[in-house]
Amino acid sequence: MSITANKPEPLLYEQSNPGSIGYALPESDVPHTPLPAHLMRADLNLPEVAEVDVVRHFTRLSQKNYCVDLGIYPLGSCTMKYNPKMNEDAIQLTGMSQVHPMQPPETAQGVMQLMYELQEYLGEISGLPAVTLQPAAGAQGELVGILVIRAYHLKRGDTGRSEVLIPDSAHGTNPATSAMAGYRVVEVKSDARGNMDLDDLRSKVSDKTAAIMFTNPNTLGLFEEHVREVNKIVHDAGGLVYGDGANLNAIIGIARPGDLGFDVIHSNLHKTFSVPHGGGGPGSGPVMARPDLAEFLPTPIVSKKGDVYAFETPTNTIGRIKSFWGNFLALVRAYTYIRSYGKEHLREIAEISVLNANYLLALVRDVYDPQVPERTCKHEFVLNGTRFKKEYGVNTLDVAKRIIDYGFYPPTIYFPLIVPECLMIEPTETQSKASLDEFAAALLKIAEEARTDPQLLHNAPHNTPVTRLDDVKAAREPVLNYKPPQIPDQRKAA
Amino acid sequence: MSHRFIPITDADRAQMLKTIGVSSVDTLFDDVPKEAQYPDLNLPPALSEMDLLRTLRDMAAKNANAGEHAYFLGAGAYNHFVPATVPHLIFRSEFYTAYTPYQPEISQGTLQTIFEYQSMICDLTGMDAANASHYDAATAAAEAAVMAINSARTGRKIIVSPTLHPHYRETMRTYLQGQDIPIVGDEDTSLSLDQVLDKHLDNQTAGVLAANPDFLGNVRDFKPLADRIHAVGALSIISVYPISLGLYQPPGDYDADIVIGEGQSLGNALGFGGPYLGIFACKEKYLRRVAGRLVGETVDKQGRRGFVLTLQAREQHIRREKATSNICTNEALNALAACVYLATLGKQGLRDVAELCYQKAHYAASEIAKLGGYRVKTQEFFNEFVVECPRPVAEINRALYKQGIIGGYDLSHDYPHLKNGMLIAVTELNTRSQIDALVSALGALD
Repeated sequence: MSITANKPEPLLYEQSNPGSIGYALPESDVPHTPLPAHLMRADLNLPEVAEVDVVRHFTRLSQKNYCVDLGIYPLGSCTMKYNPKMNEDAIQLTGMSQVHPMQPPETAQGVMQLMYELQEYLGEISGLPAVTLQPAAGAQGELVGILVIRAYHLKRGDTGRSEVLIPDSAHGTNPATSAMAGYRVVEVKSDARGNMDLDDLRSKVSDKTAAIMFTNPNTLGLFEEHVREVNKIVHDAGGLVYGDGANLNAIIGIARPGDLGFDVIHSNLHKTFSVPHGGGGPGSGPVMARPDLAEFLPTPIVSKKGDVYAFETPTNTIGRIKSFWGNFLALVRAYTYIRSYGKEHLREIAEISVLNANYLLALVRDVYDPQVPERTCKHEFVLNGTRFKKEYGVNTLDVAKRIIDYGFYPPTIYFPLIVPECLMIEPTETQSKASLDEFAAALLKIAEEARTDPQLLHNAPHNTPVTRLDDVKAAREPVLNYKPPQIPDQRKAA
Repeated sequence: MSHRFIPITDADRAQMLKTIGVSSVDTLFDDVPKEAQYPDLNLPPALSEMDLLRTLRDMAAKNANAGEHAYFLGAGAYNHFVPATVPHLIFRSEFYTAYTPYQPEISQGTLQTIFEYQSMICDLTGMDAANASHYDAATAAAEAAVMAINSARTGRKIIVSPTLHPHYRETMRTYLQGQDIPIVGDEDTSLSLDQVLDKHLDNQTAGVLAANPDFLGNVRDFKPLADRIHAVGALSIISVYPISLGLYQPPGDYDADIVIGEGQSLGNALGFGGPYLGIFACKEKYLRRVAGRLVGETVDKQGRRGFVLTLQAREQHIRREKATSNICTNEALNALAACVYLATLGKQGLRDVAELCYQKAHYAASEIAKLGGYRVKTQEFFNEFVVECPRPVAEINRALYKQGIIGGYDLSHDYPHLKNGMLIAVTELNTRSQIDALVSALGALD
């Protein structure tokens, strides 16, 4: 943030100054061909500004953003870790960034080698060796995984499986994905220790169960203590186990989902593998599966024969899931990241992410209410804000907004849906002890303020480019793009 | 022992464990089944920054790239010039290391740029509303098909033009395979869209997906087709090449209902196919069925203008299995690149880029047409056209590569009737001397 951050920045359209240009293109060096007049557009309303205006506009806007490079960004389930700078240098190499997806494979052996090796690494890390790098995001990885499971059942002639079991703590993408794949969603309850309720699971699993989809550690930041039993119950009923790998950061190098009984899992490369979040994407969500599911993976897979890399289509592929070969430049960053850590350091990611989360929890647990106080958390933890609401009339949104006043991004709030007024905090392994101490001190101070001066929280944030915004107005009267000011019609007026 | 990305020393660790009240980090993983703990991973050892950079450079050096070769390859991804403003601005930390603007008070930078992106896409396409972007054009096509089915008051049939990008058609089928939706139209890829509509268009049709320019480069006045589609109550869904819209009439002019498109050409690197961005825009009446993020304007408590994620009741985190899609993220950084690109070029610049592409492509086509053995098959085109070659395209491309040229796309697989068909793309980055070199290399192969 800077002195200009709180100054309103007009839309670029409002800064348009007809005649200004921000580009320099060469003259045409070929003979002129007339344009087809009947197909031409009449006008194009884009802003006209000089190059320096463009640079200042977007630089000023950037200063209205908080970001990982400024400090802790503890969004639970998002894994906002530091994005190593060398990842960005890697993607700028012209032999990576300027390679065309449709050029002949013999002219793209280097990028295909990188993809092949990343497939191998992700297969090894997850314990599920059949890997596709195609999915563009975690949600797309989920769709791939569920379609692979569907194809597996159908190939076996097992056509009666119409349901997917999903715990009530799940990300919204899980049920949405299952519905897209044509399945009915059956919700499984959580128990008081934050595990899946095994009795509820047993009562809902049947020969209609195509799969269970669950996150481990789950969205309460807790490792599913009955992971093997859950997986056995579903397997015994003929269903498969899909792992939402959003929280892989907590167990990378500690345990492999394949060894715990998962059949298919996706990993968000923009979480565990340090691909920057880009303001909301692009992501990348490779899927790893049991060897016998390889035949169903999306096309293509990179194979290696001798020293030659080639694209291959699995024999019973579910098809193509996006154009070309996945979000390749995200793959380059993940590859770079894995090789930076290497075999010997990889587990420190999980160890320190869990150490940091437990340390932060220890610093605030006497003042805030952990949802499951008796358990050790993994990479994140969930606080229940019900007492603050009842005793001080302060809700979790107020707490979150007050965190902004202390110079931090707030945690995830109101998710998972099963915990009222919750705060979900994930510090990641890339926070120093000092920065955790500082963040904890702010949380404790805010708790004190909630007691003594709740209005301060209701009005927060106080020193931001804008204060709380009217969401209802935005939804009731949607304005989704710039509309030029209405110029009064002179003729009508006359 | 610690890694450079982890700012915790051994001393910190000891103190933190004491605060937590446990003796070792291992204890924190007691709930993980013992027999699965600490697998011996078969991974390469850690590399220093300089060794890793060397490894990556070696891999990069094995790839032909547009920095060193003359490219005449398009087929959905195009080698356009990216002004210096784009990388410098999008790789500001505040943009690329932020996340989804969940807390709008400290995310106005991202929110306003998305609002501006949505505005520019509306202007470019002539549509009322645009979303914050999809993964790419292929997934935007799949989401458009779903939206057509949910919006049309007809049946559930989707008709695809044989000249919609093959990857988009395949992706749509993958997305919709779990739902009972007939997708027809591309059984015979030699048919024209008019012939396909003669065969399939009826009152069971929810939507028709076509491209303009199409995959084979043809540009046409789409209005008569849109009228036919609307006459049965179906939606007209058009895939665009956004650079072409610097010159050509926008789909809004020919009454398209939904516009999708591959946004890569707007300031995004070729990057071996991704990440790109899927343009998605539509008429206002379909707004509440759109999949993906939307940013809207509103006011704060002091009445100041601000921007928020809006109409979220469509989305998975609220609606779960009843959401319009499972999509969660958008391609925000790619959309920002598109936004900076369009801001830098402005109304005249985009027109000038498009005209350079048009002129150079038409020069290339006219020179190739003079060669014996080659025939230009596309009549009305923007910057991409089909050439029937005297030999298999793969063979020609191998010869071109030896001369530092990446030739066009081999159509023989997707369009068997174009057995020796090469799809050639020309952009503003192709100089006359590159075009002349291509023509003379082709001439030597006839």
